[in-house]
Amino acid sequence: MPRSLRRLARKVREINRRYREPRIAMSGTVRVALLALRIYLLALVVLMVVKFVLLLGAGSAAPGG
Amino acid sequence: MNPLAKLYYGLRKATKVVQLYLLIAGPGIVVMVADNDAGGITTYAATGAKYGYHLIWFLLLLIPVAYYVQEMTVRLGAVTKRGHAEAIFDGFGAFWGWFSLIDLMLVDWLTLVTEFIGMTAALQIFGVPPWLTVVAVCTLLGIIVLNGRYWTWEKIALLFCAANLIYIPGAFMVKPDVSQILGQGLIPNFAGGFDGQLFFFLMANIGTTIAPWMLFFQQSAVVDKGMLEKDIPWGRFDTLLGSVLTVVVAIFIVIVTGTVLPGIDIDSAAQAAEELKKSKHYVGAFLAIGLFDAGLLGAICISLASSWAFGEIFGWAHSLNQKIREAPWFYASYFFTLVTAGLVVLIPGAPLVLITLFVQVIAVTLLPAALVFLILLLNDRQAMGEYCNTLLQNAVGGAIVMGIVVLSTLYGISVLFPTLYG
Repeated sequence: MPRSLRRLARKVREINRRYREPRIAMSGTVRVALLALRIYLLALVVLMVVKFVLLLGAGSAAPGG
Repeated sequence: MNPLAKLYYGLRKATKVVQLYLLIAGPGIVVMVADNDAGGITTYAATGAKYGYHLIWFLLLLIPVAYYVQEMTVRLGAVTKRGHAEAIFDGFGAFWGWFSLIDLMLVDWLTLVTEFIGMTAALQIFGVPPWLTVVAVCTLLGIIVLNGRYWTWEKIALLFCAANLIYIPGAFMVKPDVSQILGQGLIPNFAGGFDGQLFFFLMANIGTTIAPWMLFFQQSAVVDKGMLEKDIPWGRFDTLLGSVLTVVVAIFIVIVTGTVLPGIDIDSAAQAAEELKKSKHYVGAFLAIGLFDAGLLGAICISLASSWAFGEIFGWAHSLNQKIREAPWFYASYFFTLVTAGLVVLIPGAPLVLITLFVQVIAVTLLPAALVFLILLLNDRQAMGEYCNTLLQNAVGGAIVMGIVVLSTLYGISVLFPTLYG
């Protein structure tokens, strides 16, 4: 099992090396699109965290919760 | 040339065209019809029961939406000979690559669980216990992929696609009023006014039309099939035919539930089948069979989408044309995804409703990214050459992608906060 995990980690490192540099030219449009994507995903994560906190709050407010 | 000879040559030419199409046909039709999976059938059944025929016009609008998005995967796959996961790693680097791959794995696995929920619920109507359904489905899907040929797998998948048409005779059996369908369904209208609930249904219908796994699946299928640049026109036609078929099937489901179950709140397609069986026994049975077939078709495609993506990135052999000993990791990941998803359904008290809702939320984290990458990759002139997006394609594709992103995001948010839109 540890041998398989080591092999997997080696493979992941190799993939990271192979794809370290994006091949697509980072034009203005590409940069803006990727930045918008990052902001979008961050906003979604925040929403999910808010939902999780609300769920936890509702759970502890419920009788016996 | 005499008319008889003209007719003979005309027929011969037509036969050759059909034969050529049958060689190329597959990825477009399979991915589109598989899009009418267990979740999709539930959405359409609920739409028909809630709004009758009034939203048929909206479903028709989804034909170009589905076509434009999936057509881009055909071009990208045929030109670059790479699946979508590999294209993202290569084009945008390891960060976006891992994000897409891990998200895809999660979305696919959760969606697969919902397919098993649909399949077990459908066969329970006929008295088949869930464990037997799970065992039978895993065995059947194992036999289908282990034959060692992409061609055979694809033709079997097309057979299941044909079974998806069962809703068409079902709709004729409920004897709907055609003039009412044409009058109410084809003229754009919002029955009962535009409110939060209607907005939710519109978003749900869009959400089921374009799913993230479809982009990854069709591009990988195009590559595994060995399609070349010269096959792109046929690939386009295949995708267009698939888009039309998927919407036609959706419309017939809406007609069935809109005719027999108007005003009834439907939570699942299995519930719709049970309700239908009370008054129209055979139509209810058809809906249940169709639900099982939809789940099966979804399971066939979704488990493959993940395995192909993993194979592309980890450098494993990853073709259905390879035997199990030639591509052990590809088949191992396929069966692992399939069996674990099936087992979840059998766990007593498993949070299946939560999983069904969670799929929509996770999907909106992947869909916008995959769509944005698709547009950017199609604008990479160095890789795409003459098949690069034109200005018009960018305008139409961009508008569609923006629309899908906004609506699917609002849908995901509405799942998180159900009372948000009233």
